Amino acid sequence: MDLTTNYLGLELKNPIVPSAGPLSRELDNIKLMEESGAAAVVLYSLFEEQIEHESLELYHHTSYHSESYAESLSYFPEIVEFKVGPEEYLEQIRKAKQAVSIPIIASLNGKSSGGWISYAKKMQEAGADALELNIYNLATDLKSNGADVEKSYVEVVKEVTSSVTIPVAVKIGPFFSSIANMAGQLSDAGAKGIVMFNRFYQPDIDLENLEVVPNVMLSTPMAMRLPLRWIAILYGRIGADLAATSGIYNEKDVLKMVMAGAKTTQMLSCLLKFGIRHITDVLTRMKYWMEVNEYESLEQMRGSMSYINAPNPSQFERANYMKVLQSYKL
Amino acid sequence: MERKKVTIDGNEAAAYVAYNTNEVIAIYPITPSSNMGEWCDAWSAEGKKNIWNIIPSVSELQSEGGASGAVHGALQSGALTTTFTASQGLLLMIPNMFKIAGELTPTVFHVSARSIAAQALSIFGDHSDVMATRSTGFALLASNSVQEVMDFALIAQAATLEARIPFIHFFDGFRTSHEVMKIEQLNADDMRHMVDDDLVIAHRKRALTPDNPVMRGTAQNPDVYFQGRETVNKFYSVCPAIVQKHMDRFAKLTGRQYRLFDYYGAPDAEKIIVIMGSGAEAVEETVEYLTAREEKVGVLKVRLYRPFSIDSFIDTLPKTTKIITVLDRTKEPGSAGEPLYLDVVNAVSERFNSGTLPFAYPKIFGGRYGLSSKEFTPAMVKAVFDEMKKEKPKNHFTVGIVDDVMFTSLDYDPEFSVEAPETFRGKFYGLGADGTVGANKNSIKIIGEGTDYFAQGYFVYDSKKSGSTTTSHLRFGPKALKSSYLIARANFIACHQQVFLEKMDMLGDAMEGGTFLLNTKITKEEVWHSLPEKAQKDIIEKKLKFYIIDAYKVADQVGLGGRINSIMQTCFFAISKIFSREDSIAMIKDAIKKTYGAKGDKIVQMNWDAVDKTIENLFEVEVPAAVTSDMQLLPPVSGNAPDFVRKVTAKIIEGKGDHIPVSLMPVDGTYPLATSQWEKRNIALEVPVWDADVCIQCNKCVIVCPHATIRSKVFEEKDLVGNPETFKYIKFKSKEYGENMLYSLQVAVEDCTGCALCVDVCPAKNKREPKYKAINMAYQVPLRETERANWDFFLNLPDLDRTKVNISQVKDSQFLRPLFEFSGACSGCGETPYVKLVSQLFGDRALVANATGCSSIYGGNLPTTPWAVDHNGRGTAWSNSLFEDNAEFGLGFRLAIDKHNLQAIELLTKLAGEIGQELADGLVNADQKDEAGIYEQRERVDALKKKLEALIAGGKKEVIADAKNLLSIADYLVKKSVWIMGGDGWAYDIGYGGLDHVLASGKNVNILVLDTEVYSNTGGQCSKSTPRAAVAKFAAGGKPQAKKDLGLMAMTYGNVYVAKIAMGANDVQTLRAIIEAEAYDGPSLIIAYSHCIAHGIDMAKGMKNQKAAVESGHWPLFRYHPDLAAEGKNPLKLDSKAPKITFKDYAYMETRYKMLTKSHPQMAEKLIKEAQEDVNKRWKQYEELASTNTQTQEQTKE
Repeated sequence: MDLTTNYLGLELKNPIVPSAGPLSRELDNIKLMEESGAAAVVLYSLFEEQIEHESLELYHHTSYHSESYAESLSYFPEIVEFKVGPEEYLEQIRKAKQAVSIPIIASLNGKSSGGWISYAKKMQEAGADALELNIYNLATDLKSNGADVEKSYVEVVKEVTSSVTIPVAVKIGPFFSSIANMAGQLSDAGAKGIVMFNRFYQPDIDLENLEVVPNVMLSTPMAMRLPLRWIAILYGRIGADLAATSGIYNEKDVLKMVMAGAKTTQMLSCLLKFGIRHITDVLTRMKYWMEVNEYESLEQMRGSMSYINAPNPSQFERANYMKVLQSYKL
Repeated sequence: MERKKVTIDGNEAAAYVAYNTNEVIAIYPITPSSNMGEWCDAWSAEGKKNIWNIIPSVSELQSEGGASGAVHGALQSGALTTTFTASQGLLLMIPNMFKIAGELTPTVFHVSARSIAAQALSIFGDHSDVMATRSTGFALLASNSVQEVMDFALIAQAATLEARIPFIHFFDGFRTSHEVMKIEQLNADDMRHMVDDDLVIAHRKRALTPDNPVMRGTAQNPDVYFQGRETVNKFYSVCPAIVQKHMDRFAKLTGRQYRLFDYYGAPDAEKIIVIMGSGAEAVEETVEYLTAREEKVGVLKVRLYRPFSIDSFIDTLPKTTKIITVLDRTKEPGSAGEPLYLDVVNAVSERFNSGTLPFAYPKIFGGRYGLSSKEFTPAMVKAVFDEMKKEKPKNHFTVGIVDDVMFTSLDYDPEFSVEAPETFRGKFYGLGADGTVGANKNSIKIIGEGTDYFAQGYFVYDSKKSGSTTTSHLRFGPKALKSSYLIARANFIACHQQVFLEKMDMLGDAMEGGTFLLNTKITKEEVWHSLPEKAQKDIIEKKLKFYIIDAYKVADQVGLGGRINSIMQTCFFAISKIFSREDSIAMIKDAIKKTYGAKGDKIVQMNWDAVDKTIENLFEVEVPAAVTSDMQLLPPVSGNAPDFVRKVTAKIIEGKGDHIPVSLMPVDGTYPLATSQWEKRNIALEVPVWDADVCIQCNKCVIVCPHATIRSKVFEEKDLVGNPETFKYIKFKSKEYGENMLYSLQVAVEDCTGCALCVDVCPAKNKREPKYKAINMAYQVPLRETERANWDFFLNLPDLDRTKVNISQVKDSQFLRPLFEFSGACSGCGETPYVKLVSQLFGDRALVANATGCSSIYGGNLPTTPWAVDHNGRGTAWSNSLFEDNAEFGLGFRLAIDKHNLQAIELLTKLAGEIGQELADGLVNADQKDEAGIYEQRERVDALKKKLEALIAGGKKEVIADAKNLLSIADYLVKKSVWIMGGDGWAYDIGYGGLDHVLASGKNVNILVLDTEVYSNTGGQCSKSTPRAAVAKFAAGGKPQAKKDLGLMAMTYGNVYVAKIAMGANDVQTLRAIIEAEAYDGPSLIIAYSHCIAHGIDMAKGMKNQKAAVESGHWPLFRYHPDLAAEGKNPLKLDSKAPKITFKDYAYMETRYKMLTKSHPQMAEKLIKEAQEDVNKRWKQYEELASTNTQTQEQTKE
């Protein structure tokens, strides 16, 4: 049975790829991912803010009180070289490349054009097989309109894709006036893949302390419906590969995504919940389903349930909305 | 091999040679020598190799005594070994120095010579420390400049190996140790050439080794000790010749010829000054000026002071010598003269006696100069030469001060100057936090290394740790710089903070035609009107060019916040036109890359952006023809200040302390308390403002305020008479002090440092806008006038009756008046809230013995004193003895108090018949457990005193003596509280032996360890309190050992009250522990977590770090009360819960830990795991200890 898939030009043995998250901070986890059958690994994200923040913090705290008082002209030893910025991350790419044979996809998370984009090249030099660019621009500025936001995405993609030779995928959120158009623009800007969708962690309010607090929740299987719809809509209509992420928990989710048109299915929440070896289970059950249903390869089913191939594509459209609402009974 | 030109300071120059020519380095930090050890440690950590291609081993010891012991041991074991020290540190090495010299062991100690603590401590330079080692047998070699420091470090190393006599190589603390100067750096070939490997091997062959065993350190008796001592004479007699030989070898190598004594001046000079150290440079500069004017004067610089070569000395003097004046940078009270003077008198006398004096017996005079880095200028040198012209010159004079008591001082003309007109002289006034000094150090390097100019930078800091002012003195030019003194007249003056113009007359020092650069937020059209009258007048009359820049605007634009260093540096280069604009910018950018490159590209880019944006924001101001301002400089203190404050303190605040005459100085180092209230520093940009409607009256902001600038009072409505309109108060929520009481929270905005700790701990939020609390920060300037009046009114409101205050509650304890206020501690200091709390609880009957360190500096560094007095005139008697002896010093307090108390009781008993049995019994049996009891005893003592005075007046012979005696000690019948305070450097390291002994003594003393887990005062060196995984100086790769558990060690005595506290985690427990410790009739040890700038944290959130330290289990809170054991209970109570966050979660809130992940990531990973294990093990151990035989675990509620 042929589970192979070609994503971003990379030959993958199957579509299952652990997505960017804390698990890949540990080298042992990356090894276990390979051992469990993962076809590639998207490493945890290197954040634009993190690079700048750490650098600024270090600068501030090691220099702020210096040269102020005669007895203590400094408070920290002189360190010849700090590995600020991406060094630690680059080291993880190098180690991962040495430790496993599956492709390593580095993840760069930011919101704007700027110096941090140069780290993409360093990731390539460190050995990354591909790059996943996670653009998260929460447009809170009243003066910034949708076109401005879209433009900034496209510019970042152009800057990054022109600075590296490895393929670049772009991970986006669903909050665009026209996702289809946006995906097309990104594809035209040089993205070889579109990863759908980024989950935005929504903050909460602490009533006792009157504070806004982060509230990280794992995605639920329901979350997969949104990418499922958009992958199905976009399949075969843009140049870039499509990758699914959010709420993919089991073999059925994987199969549905592939049928919608996904080249890869990225998993995180289920691995955090059930452990990395869950990948093996998913693969086993997937093969079994394909066997029972007499599928020879993934390629055979890819995009079969997409907008252009599905027997009832209107279900992906607005018309479906009306029907669903009308069918709801109290 | 080519020699590089480098621009470095004296400490780096000495460390460079010492590191390269030694194998073992044992050190202990002490100002101003700490940097030498730090350089070596950094090089060693970096893996830098010395001239034998090995990485020297650098070890930090627990004291200088320990360092010298380790040096002695390493030398005895055959390693080339060195150390660096100064002042008290050198004194602690003396016992070993006798041994090292007695055993003819080659070594060089590099000493940045510093004053010795006498009537006061001083960190600044003179020769008191070095002079105290004259009898040790060490050779003493003096360097006068940064170049000489490097050169003599090598000459000393070469000479000691051949002579077998150990050397002290010394140079003036700060003036030379911290002066940045362009010098020629010796290279590895030079050092290899000078240091003879055969002599190194000979040293090794003398080592103690079981393969060729010998013994040293025997005990000798009257029969042979004397003869043994005389065996070394031959070594000392040839030592000067050996030094000269190596000076000659050095000259052949480098072209720089030194002699044991160097003479400069007229060949036929009649008047000679003899001097050693950096002052000799100023004398040479003056001699050059005077001889050009036909004066027959000269200077003899002493290089090798011990062994003193009489023949070399006499033969170096011109044959025409008639008068010699010897200048000593030290004082030996009661001596026939200072040491160098006596040596000169002796040398002349001996040669005269032998009939070989090459000139007629000269007149010889001695004088003192430059103690504690007192300025020594050509004007003073001229005064010394002028004095020699008089018929009866003063002997044993002083120069540089006004002695109006014994009239020893020489008058001098401060306007006299010998500085070359072609030398550029710039003075830059900045704030410590704005990076001015760093930028100027960079500038002087750029100029030094980018031109053929000679270049020199010297930096002056004020005595405060928060909001300190820095003054940078930069000289450069084509002529060699010998000016070992501050710039008096400058052709470039830069004011990096406009607020300074309100307080300082900085343009008074500007030269005609010079330049003035001002950083201001005001436009070029308006700025003129913002200047004080005197500044305007100076600009017009001196025809100054006037430039402005809004550096903060530029810094803001590029994200640099308050760091304006690169911007001001760019302005300086743009205006001074030393290089073309393009070259300047390229060189500044290169320097920025070198300085910040290690901290990330972002930082470099931000500074580069700042440079690029500077020029477009730099404007020349058109100077109007007339003065338009009537603004005068602010007075240093209010006119209401006491006499001493106005006459002495104010002068020091004003920067005119040099003009205070001897008569106004206390003779024995005794100073009045409560003078910090007069120094309104106005350093906070933002200050807290109280929102009475939101306030819940918890007083948490009051307890955490490090500078006692937030206070609360409860008072009656009738007290409101005359309250200013803006004075805020509300109804007091509780009724324990009566019905209808009012509550006010007031901020001393002129004393506040703006740390915002109060805002962070405030638990009350505004319900409509939760971003606001009951206390919020607001700009200070608009509040200054109204809040000054409110503060004055607030202070005059009556305090609550102490006997009625429930001090065991945090809220109530904060109604007690702090007797420690407005100290010079850092903004947001984590130590001072504890110190202040002790002062509130017991300050009116406390004595404090304070170990040298941060707390002795913010507690006792002039100009002002933060320890205060109450309305009765009672307050804390405070003293700092030394760093190493503080526990013993405090024990001494207790011994004296107990003795006086016992004597008083004996006399009371004896005089009971005269004063009344009831009063006597009352006094002897008084219950003084609480404030009420103490109040009653004070009343009884007052009654006793009246009776005693009556008895004395009555003239009954048989009782007068006893009555007088009792009257002098009657106050000791009131309970006294002895506090021994200091940091972890003292308690865990240098003072641990004493602390341990005092704990074991069983005496009633209270030891408060302000534990910052690092040597804070000397700049962040590792102590035994430093936790595993933290980075500190001497632990650049992360401390590999666990923190010493001082509390557990103290508990093993069983009779010591021990508590570990952290105010930010649990203020109730903190308060309770301090009260219990004081009440316990025996030794108490309180270890207080003190967040610190040396942790690399946001100081406004320091209390949160304290909380995290406790929650992680790193800092378990507990109280160990021996009295509970006596009751059959478990004496240990854990006051914090089991760890709920990981050690890593806490640690990585702080740069001291986090930076290791950026410098040594693998080590960081290893150490953080081990540190977690430390926490786990310690918690388990404490839990077991606390649970054994425990009845119920009592947790103090947070």
